[in-house]
Amino acid sequence: MFVLLALHLVVGVSIIASGRVLGRRAFLVAAIPALAMCVYALTQASGVLDGEPVTESYTWISGLDLAIDLRLDAFALAMVALVSGIGLLICLYSLGYFADEHGEHGADGGHGGHEEQPVAGDESADPPPAVGRLAGVMVLFAGSMLGVVLTDHLIALFIFWELTSVTSFLLIGNNDRQPRARAAANQAVFITGGGGLVLLAGLILIGQSGGTYQLSELAADPPSGGMVNAGLVCVLIGAFTKSAQAPFSSWLPMAMVAPTPISAYLHSATMVKAGVYLVARLAPIFALDGVWRPLVLAVGAVTMIIGGLRSLRQHDLKLLLAYGTVSQLGFMMLLFGAGDFHIAEAGIVLLLAHAAFKAALFMVVGIVDHTLGTRDVRHIDGLGRGWAPVLVVGAISAASMAGLPPLLGFISKEKALDGYLEHADFTGGTLVLIVIVIGSVFTFAYSARFVLGLFGMFHDPAAADGAHGETGAGHVPSVAFWLPAALLAVFTVVAGVAPVIIDHLVEAATVALYPSSEPKPVALWAGFTAALALSLLIIGAGVALALVRARVEELQRRISKLLAPLPSSEDGFVGVLTGITVVARRLTATLQNGSLPIYVSVIVLVAVLAPLTGFITELDSFPAWVDTPAHMAVVAVITAAALGASIVHHRIAAALMLGAVGYAMAGLYVAQGAPDLALTQFSIETLSTVLFVLVLRFLPRTWRVRAPALTTPLRVLVCSVVGVGIFVFAIVSSESRRDVDEPSMSEEMIEAAEPEGKGQNIVNIILVDFRGWDTMGEITVLVVAAVGAVSLARPGRRRDDNEAPVFEEELDALDEPTDEAEAEGVRG
Amino acid sequence: MVILDTATKVLYHSILVLALYFVLAGHNRPGGGFVSGLTVGAAVALRYVSGGAAAVRTIFRVPAHVILGAGLLLAAGTAFVPLLLGESILEHASATVQLPLFGSVKLNTVILFDVGVDLVVIGLVMMAFAAFADDNVRPPSTPYPTSEQSAPAHRRTADQ
Repeated sequence: MFVLLALHLVVGVSIIASGRVLGRRAFLVAAIPALAMCVYALTQASGVLDGEPVTESYTWISGLDLAIDLRLDAFALAMVALVSGIGLLICLYSLGYFADEHGEHGADGGHGGHEEQPVAGDESADPPPAVGRLAGVMVLFAGSMLGVVLTDHLIALFIFWELTSVTSFLLIGNNDRQPRARAAANQAVFITGGGGLVLLAGLILIGQSGGTYQLSELAADPPSGGMVNAGLVCVLIGAFTKSAQAPFSSWLPMAMVAPTPISAYLHSATMVKAGVYLVARLAPIFALDGVWRPLVLAVGAVTMIIGGLRSLRQHDLKLLLAYGTVSQLGFMMLLFGAGDFHIAEAGIVLLLAHAAFKAALFMVVGIVDHTLGTRDVRHIDGLGRGWAPVLVVGAISAASMAGLPPLLGFISKEKALDGYLEHADFTGGTLVLIVIVIGSVFTFAYSARFVLGLFGMFHDPAAADGAHGETGAGHVPSVAFWLPAALLAVFTVVAGVAPVIIDHLVEAATVALYPSSEPKPVALWAGFTAALALSLLIIGAGVALALVRARVEELQRRISKLLAPLPSSEDGFVGVLTGITVVARRLTATLQNGSLPIYVSVIVLVAVLAPLTGFITELDSFPAWVDTPAHMAVVAVITAAALGASIVHHRIAAALMLGAVGYAMAGLYVAQGAPDLALTQFSIETLSTVLFVLVLRFLPRTWRVRAPALTTPLRVLVCSVVGVGIFVFAIVSSESRRDVDEPSMSEEMIEAAEPEGKGQNIVNIILVDFRGWDTMGEITVLVVAAVGAVSLARPGRRRDDNEAPVFEEELDALDEPTDEAEAEGVRG
Repeated sequence: MVILDTATKVLYHSILVLALYFVLAGHNRPGGGFVSGLTVGAAVALRYVSGGAAAVRTIFRVPAHVILGAGLLLAAGTAFVPLLLGESILEHASATVQLPLFGSVKLNTVILFDVGVDLVVIGLVMMAFAAFADDNVRPPSTPYPTSEQSAPAHRRTADQ
């Protein structure tokens, strides 16, 4: 498995490195790791499905006990099937999607049409980045996502989790010359990345109280208590941000600026399911603990309803699907979060069903958008000859989404209803059932809206500015273009008619989550049950809602007008961002007022006074003051030079006297028998004096104190305090080991120097071996300092004043009115 | 000036040899990459005092930032290569070999790390000279004109 993850990394990086050479063939290369993963998963499938997970482990920092443990159990297998299976189809689909690009033009799609909608600020002369980069980052994403679902270690899971956020950021913002794409990418990474940090805190809380970071060990021996509850809330917040749950859902519709293959892959089938995946993993362990169930169910319920309602309002097919995804993710939270295996089994079926129908639907939208140049339902006037396959695929997938028999979506919905009817013996279970029914009615309605829109039922010449509706005649999509979507639709039908083909996987995955469970087989026909009655109710209500769609739309418009003053999650995001900027600006203005003397005074006083209060009580004995007569002479030189440096008003002279202090210190080291320190000190002093003089040449030779009279005593006071503080610190620290019996660190190091460090110079061995990491950090700082010094010193290299901070520009882009702008600007 | 120039000619290369000794012997005797780099820095400073920035610029064929980066890369490389070989990070290997003339010599991969540190320090010094040095070794007669407001104030103090 490590090899396969590494393959993703290598292939991804090579594709990116190859630049424009490959063109759209990059997607063929990108398919290799996905194919390899699929093949591997198939070879392992029989063992894994029989309940024998495949595990691999690699320790990367043994001292910190950090290991990457991979564990392929049946649930992970289902996720791998999603990530790599859909990934493979997406690669094939991208070949068609980017067919006329040849890697030369934009990777943002939608170029094929006649009515190119102008996008503000996208008038740059530079061509947008090549599709190769898109393909490469997509492979990297697939690798990260596989890491998320395969890892058994919480910290490794977090790292992969963040990698998916980063790659998603790069993919959303792939067309980096378009301000909307940048704003959307930023919003996505702020929300999911911020949630990721909260997730890390939560994982650490859970890991520390559980005593292990292994998911499998946590499952075997679940911890509990206040710390765990706090950790769970943090983990859930992380999961909610990733899976676009309310109130963090605003980034997902924004992310639809990405090219459609990306939206289909990341933002419907895989990445957004990471949060669901985590909830599914942890629910069996923690669902019974205090906050878990109320929190997950409440958030999931709100998300499912709001997503469905907003989806019903959209004219843009892609946005309709995006809000539909939000709604479905809420649904999955309801199923996996309950912590009951009957309900979770329905969740697994939904996971598969949703990936199949939603990816296919996105592909259909991509085909329409790519061929017609629009995906606004008001511009589509019935698709003509040659479009039958696309329409059939869209209709089948939408029917599965709506929950019509005999498709996979119907099975998942029925199983969910059955689960909540029969097994929800916890508080609020009935309420959740009602929410699911209402949410499913909305789902039916927006699925119907999608299909009707595809068939041109919403065609509105007024909205199209008098232009003729698009019929697609003359632009028939090629077979290769719609084939991947058709394969998914075939899966939807076959798995619906003969659920036995996924039954083994679903049952094994349920057992992987809930080891002691006995899942029921997945079946299309479960008899005349209450769930069936509810399904029929949903279908009936959904049809009714679709029939009166004009009135529903009118009603929604009124309600949204009424609700307009209320803050949306978009406003919340912008508000938080603006708030942070304002607070940071004020805080900086207060703390960093620009006065160097005040900075220095504050820094040194804090550094000295804080420890001094503790040290002063320890000051009970003094070492011998003078060991050898040489000390007297050296100290006399140091004192004289130090006093001189603070009295003279000649810069170069002052610098030289400081140098004299340093040399005399080196002499003190020699007297104490530390030639290595002396040598270092000596060379440092030489060089720093030279550099000092080098810089001081630019300043006047002398200076005059022009500060108010009061400041001189104040400065003397600060200096005295610092001097006394350092003095006390030196005395106390040199005497601190007097009462301790254990051998000191230095003795240990002296002993270890010869056998472990293979050398006799202990200082050097400490520097390069025992504390090698520190040295690494220090030389890195040196490099940064050197670069900084040069860029500060080089005159004539002023920052361009016209260059506004990028961030504000992006905030402005967010401030535009949301609904209209989404329809117009969010074209992939 | 003649004395300085002549002394530089003699001393410059001697100091470089000393620096080389420091980095090679550092593991067992006083020295090490850090000191060695500083010593090279001192030699560079000597060149600067006698020949100005032009003399400094001709010392190395590669730009200062390349030295800097190469040093960090080398140090990081020695830190991470053991990881690839299955050891823990920054693990070092050593071997004792018999060489003609030198006798028994102990070789240690830690020297590579030290050379990396050495190069970083050298690069830092070179960059400092690149940033602040100019061909006019003597202090400029007028203060460096950074801004118009401060210049008169400086001149007043300088004249007193």
